[in-house]
Amino acid sequence: MTNSLLRRLSPLLLGGCLALAMSPSQPAGAEELRIGYLAPTTGIFAAVGKDMVDGFQMYLDDHKKGFGGADVKFIVEDEQGKPDTAVTKAKKLVLQDKVHMFVGGLLASTGYALAPVSSKDAIYISSVAAADDLTQRDLAKFPYFIRTGWSSSQPSHPFGQWACEQGYKKIVAIGADYAFGYEVIGGFQRAFEACGGQIVQKIWPPLGTKDFGPYIPTIKADADAIFTLMVGPMSLQFPKQLAAAGNKKPVIGGGTSYDEFVLPAMGDEVIGHVSALMYSAAIDTPKNAAFVKAYRAKYGKVPSYYSEVNYTTAQMIDEVMTKNKGKYPGSDEFIKQLNAVKIDSIRGPVSIDDMRNPVQNIYIKKVEKKKMFGYDKDELWNTVIKTYANVNQFGQFKKDEFLKTPVYSRDFPPCKFCN
Amino acid sequence: MLKSQKIKIMIVAAALVAIAVIVPNTNSFVILLVTRALAFSILVMSLDILLGYTGLASLGQAAYLGVGAYATAILATKYNFGLGWDFWLVIVFGILFSAALAAVFGLLAIRATGVYFLMITLALGQCVWGLAYRWNSLTGGDNGINLRGRPKFGIDLANDVTFFYVVFGFFAVSLLLMYVLVRSPFGRSLSGIRERELRMQILGYNTWLHKYIAFIIAGGFGGLSGVLWAHTAGIVSPENVVLTTSVDALLMAVLGGAGTLVGGVIGTFIVIALREYLSTLVPWWQYVLGAVYVLTILYLPSGLMGIPERIRQRRNALGKPDDPKKLATAPS
Amino acid sequence: MNANFWIIQAFNGVSYGALLFLVGSGLSLIFGVMRIVNLSHGSYFLLGGYVALTVIWTTGSWVLAIPVAALTIALVGLLMERLFLRSEGLEYLRNAIIALGLAVLIGLAIERWRPIIVDGWAQFIVVVGIITVGLYFLLRRISVVAIEADPLRQVLLTVGFAFLFQQAALDIWTGNNFDINPPEALTQSVVVSGIFFPLYRVFMITTALTIGVILWLVMEKTRMGAAVRATVDDAQMARGVGVDTSRISMFIFALGAFLAALGGVIGGAFLGIYPGLDFEILPLAFAVVIIGGMGSLGGAAIGALLVGLADNFGKALFPEVSYFTLYAPMALILAIKPTGLFGRE
Repeated sequence: MTNSLLRRLSPLLLGGCLALAMSPSQPAGAEELRIGYLAPTTGIFAAVGKDMVDGFQMYLDDHKKGFGGADVKFIVEDEQGKPDTAVTKAKKLVLQDKVHMFVGGLLASTGYALAPVSSKDAIYISSVAAADDLTQRDLAKFPYFIRTGWSSSQPSHPFGQWACEQGYKKIVAIGADYAFGYEVIGGFQRAFEACGGQIVQKIWPPLGTKDFGPYIPTIKADADAIFTLMVGPMSLQFPKQLAAAGNKKPVIGGGTSYDEFVLPAMGDEVIGHVSALMYSAAIDTPKNAAFVKAYRAKYGKVPSYYSEVNYTTAQMIDEVMTKNKGKYPGSDEFIKQLNAVKIDSIRGPVSIDDMRNPVQNIYIKKVEKKKMFGYDKDELWNTVIKTYANVNQFGQFKKDEFLKTPVYSRDFPPCKFCN
Repeated sequence: MLKSQKIKIMIVAAALVAIAVIVPNTNSFVILLVTRALAFSILVMSLDILLGYTGLASLGQAAYLGVGAYATAILATKYNFGLGWDFWLVIVFGILFSAALAAVFGLLAIRATGVYFLMITLALGQCVWGLAYRWNSLTGGDNGINLRGRPKFGIDLANDVTFFYVVFGFFAVSLLLMYVLVRSPFGRSLSGIRERELRMQILGYNTWLHKYIAFIIAGGFGGLSGVLWAHTAGIVSPENVVLTTSVDALLMAVLGGAGTLVGGVIGTFIVIALREYLSTLVPWWQYVLGAVYVLTILYLPSGLMGIPERIRQRRNALGKPDDPKKLATAPS
Repeated sequence: MNANFWIIQAFNGVSYGALLFLVGSGLSLIFGVMRIVNLSHGSYFLLGGYVALTVIWTTGSWVLAIPVAALTIALVGLLMERLFLRSEGLEYLRNAIIALGLAVLIGLAIERWRPIIVDGWAQFIVVVGIITVGLYFLLRRISVVAIEADPLRQVLLTVGFAFLFQQAALDIWTGNNFDINPPEALTQSVVVSGIFFPLYRVFMITTALTIGVILWLVMEKTRMGAAVRATVDDAQMARGVGVDTSRISMFIFALGAFLAALGGVIGGAFLGIYPGLDFEILPLAFAVVIIGGMGSLGGAAIGALLVGLADNFGKALFPEVSYFTLYAPMALILAIKPTGLFGRE
């Protein structure tokens, strides 16, 4: 009886030990390109994670013959939207799967946590995690890090100027309490205050907040507008609850507050809200129209910025691999060549600056209910109302002066007009 | 009895030597996982001092890991302290901070017993989590704190194998110290308290003080575990102090066998193997984890370490008519 | 910060407290009757929300989703209590379930590592069937630890189940974040002297009030309630005077699961439903129980109210220490009075 019990347990134990002892490190085939991919496939950010993976996967499916003929091995790991899980999974990809590069990571805080994992063995291509400082003051620390997405404050710089042009004087900012929130709001504040506006209050609900009950009533009554920076499920809840609390002020926000990962699920209360980002599913170009239609046919929903940047990232990797005829040129060379890539992507022209961050168009977008691309139903779209062409990460500011100031944080820029 | 004790010590020593020799020669991912497991198992052993030897089941042990880890990270990033020889000071600080926290928490918690102790340690653990999660200016809140690089003093801990040996050293010393502790007269009085507190009181023992000191010692080891964990993971975040981390530690101790120290280590290794390794192979790994827990709790009164004992019992009972009830009520 | 601020914040706190009451009261009753801390209570909350989603997706009816979800999870709770936490008389069923579960895992493992043996559903079922039968007879010969007498083991068992539920939910409902959308009418606000009160929060408060009153009536005015109270006070004595405590604990466990699931459906509208929510709501439920006192319904109500208000004002006024202000009083109360403010010794 207990013998049998032992017998029953022993395979388990043995299996565990064996599994630990075995090291399935395949010999690196000359033609194999191993790409590790980190996205939250479970948890509150799962919907976003799905768009990330789908975008990348779609490019791979569409270009089976691409990458210079290399056999692409695409390994997805669930980072759960948590920086420390992401680090564990990245190490697994590097040490266990021996990937040439790992891509993705959702949150900016995850980006900061992942950058130290990058090394000569495996480079880190940040397609989503927009952690500003990695391509600014921390650039030299991480030579094997490069970005194909954006830096958090990149769209905020032109957007702050736009807000001045609309005649807003006093704005209340409410944003997720983590690195990305600080950087998006910080960039907006710097730009908005540089042209005469005032940020009169900053409210920081924790990342993942669903119940904004405690925060909404604290919004100052004398502001002209509200700037929001929401991520994941926060994006859906905030405008709903803001409307239910009787808000009459205009609402503007960071791109992720109204991105297409959540837009289709939103109600009419968001119509008229304005945001800034380097992509909108409603960019009216033939290239984008084709992408939206193909993506929607394949995955049943409109692509979000998360889909587009990852599709484009795969395209950029393809570009380099094709140039090398399918042979991975080594991490130093790969970074160098990727840095030099210039493509006409779905979202517009993209190149990468000398600090390894993309230069791209920033679109100011207004949520409208209308028909687009021949779909016969009225739907919510992020209509582009203004385009700032070829914006780099410093926007209207001078690079040298910019880099002398600290990275945007909870306390920088200081809230001069808060009291 | 003495002989079997010697054999047990020999087995443990042999296993330790085996780990020290074999692990550095495996692939680097395995080295990383084993390092993690060793660092975490110090916490689990510290919990076992409370659970297995004192009879106090704590649901807030992660708090001490958290304090050690955050102390390390804050000192390293804000004060650039602990990245050279002063790493040893950080070890001391980590232990002292956690022990101090345990000294405060102990004042509140020690009076409670059984399920009430479970509840109050949960509450105290959540206090620490609350601060880690929201006290943004100190802990970085949700962002966590990234440690950029491990200490370097003569040897470079950035090398995973070197770091493995360091953690292994701390682990072995901790195991030895805790073993000496539980075998000491003090440890024996703890076991006496676990068995029957009232009797110990009548015998003139200050049971409160005994439990209090055990609580502080456990906290100190928790802090050590935290310092090592911070450098193992490279990032410290509120995830390290959430309720589930405490629950994990408790389950690992019970899985291996409470009151054995080594059992907790085995439990830690199994859970980490399932969670970090099996999860990369099959999507249904969590069922295995759940099943392991449920089966252990239902069928193994003294955890995996109790299996040999059960076999012996079974052998002794052989020939007699099968009486499952008898085994169930047999002392474990 | 004017009067309006305090009014709306208090209202928000009370409505959050109403939700917490639903989760906390069940946990409190379970503790009172069985003296165990049910760590899978958060899972009931989450599963309730998921089942409600399925009902809404298939029938489109939110009103129907509430009772269906709550009753389904009550059944889950009932089975868990009767088959695992206390299994006298039903050991064969428990063994059968464990055998089946293990067999499926072994089957999956074979399929994963020795795919030659198992391919196709028919073969899989046959293999699992054979293993199940074998394991069943094996399990019958292995004795079980008497966990009825060991609260710590019962607590740990509930964690084991929490893990299993987590994975099951992931497999059935994927890892996505869902929202339960209440009927349009409830998404409006009522305006009283310039203050907007979201109707959904009003609905939450009324639901909790209604449930609270019903529970109170049942506990105070019925024989069943009297038996429950007697068991909470002294289970042994209650048994002595002829109360069927086994039936009571079954009933209470199911009721607790029912209430938690109800909370999940209602809370799902503004908390969302996603993996991980189970262990996020659990400590809050504990705060309610601990502050209010374990096993006391009135205590749970007051505890829920206090936690709801403390949480809301903490977040609005002292964001940096908002959770500390919630749990520190909880620890202090426990230190002074281990059974909570209104708990009976």
